[in-house]
Amino acid sequence: MLDFSVFTPEVFQAYILNGLYFSLLLTLVATFGGIVFGTALALLRLSGIKPLELVAATYVNGMRSIPLLMVLLWFFLMVPFIIGRPIGAELTAVITFVAFEAAYFSEIVRAGIQSIARGQVYAGQALGMSYGQNMRLVILPQAFRNMIPVFLTQTIILFQDTSLVYIITAHDLLHGFTVAGNNLSRPRESYILAAVIYFVICFSLSWIVKRVQQKIAIIR
Amino acid sequence: MALEWQVFCQDTIERTVVAGCFGSGGADGTQTYLDWLLQAWGQTVMVAALSLVVALVVGSVIGTIRTLPDSPVAARLGNIWVEFFRNIPLLVQIFLWYHVVPVLIPVFADTPKLLLVVMGLGLFTSARIAEQVRAGIQALPRGQRYAGMAMGFTTPQYYRYVLLPMAFRIIVPPLTSETMNIFKNSSVAFAVSVTELTFFAQQAGEETSRGIEVYLAVTVLYVISAFAINRVMAFIEKRVRVPGFVASTGGGH
Repeated sequence: MLDFSVFTPEVFQAYILNGLYFSLLLTLVATFGGIVFGTALALLRLSGIKPLELVAATYVNGMRSIPLLMVLLWFFLMVPFIIGRPIGAELTAVITFVAFEAAYFSEIVRAGIQSIARGQVYAGQALGMSYGQNMRLVILPQAFRNMIPVFLTQTIILFQDTSLVYIITAHDLLHGFTVAGNNLSRPRESYILAAVIYFVICFSLSWIVKRVQQKIAIIR
Repeated sequence: MALEWQVFCQDTIERTVVAGCFGSGGADGTQTYLDWLLQAWGQTVMVAALSLVVALVVGSVIGTIRTLPDSPVAARLGNIWVEFFRNIPLLVQIFLWYHVVPVLIPVFADTPKLLLVVMGLGLFTSARIAEQVRAGIQALPRGQRYAGMAMGFTTPQYYRYVLLPMAFRIIVPPLTSETMNIFKNSSVAFAVSVTELTFFAQQAGEETSRGIEVYLAVTVLYVISAFAINRVMAFIEKRVRVPGFVASTGGGH
């Protein structure tokens, strides 16, 4: 009933490899972009300046209350409008993911910063540090260290979510399997293989996260 | 760039503006985009609600058996279940349910696609809820289990009367975010053409070339729904809280 014989290494190379490459690239860029912009958003939310807090909070809560698919549709519609020319599904996907993940990462960073004992802040202030110095030298290094496992978990979720770029027909891993399945008229086998590949990648990643967690837990 | 809200009063076939914005309904009556929007919202709510039921029931069972004291095999199976459904992207799981399961498992051969999506989304979320339930049970002091045993309760009894009532109260906050997730995740039903909100957004946006208005309306509905779920769950949390009991669970998001 199921026939996997057509899925030779050549087929993988022709259909799957580029998609896998794009999915991984998207995951990496979105993680780093998300952490950078997410940290900025978190600092805005904790800045104590009401208008800035409100803007950041609105952005984060807005992003978090609508589905990623809807965000993808929005960016696919609006980005060409704003830039003035179409930029392709892949680049749109990258921009969308950075903007979307920034909201989620900012919540992680905010929780991380708030988990640092107040005494640390006061200690920095007592040493005569400015707000920026205190953040950069005292708070953020400790906060980030605590956040590493959560960052990694979020990255695994992110990697799974990259399959959703299907909706704007970007050429990702799942797209590769869909096309291969259709062209070789083995759609069912192709989806099963897709599941296997995603499972292997995500399972290995979460195993690594567990190890990292154990390592980091010691210093708490 | 002026917004043109009249698009929602248009007939979906004739594209003429209908007075009063609602179509005449019925089998051969007219339908406006506003009708369709509300219908799509209903579909989203239905997919999310049914999936939530599946996820809660299955997730509670799996989460509970993972904490059983003397059944390593059951706990093992529970772990496998969680790892399996957690490590495959939701969209891939939906495709499996839609394209593979009806062919391989005869029972599902004639299942309507909405229910296939519900199974997919429900079981995907069941793994996450199982994690929360397990964490909730394990967050309880060990003495509670022993107290139940000392009272002469059987294992099902002390789970039923001692552990689970406390565990479920503890995990209301993470269940709130899972409920909101399931509502948002129901948008992947779009991929197999269930006419829910995101499907509506894309279709109606294309048909009318009024993407911004259509997306805005859909986005507002999502935000309203998320807010409503949040309020309802906050109410439940308040109602079921055990006075004086504070426990924390390590919940993801």
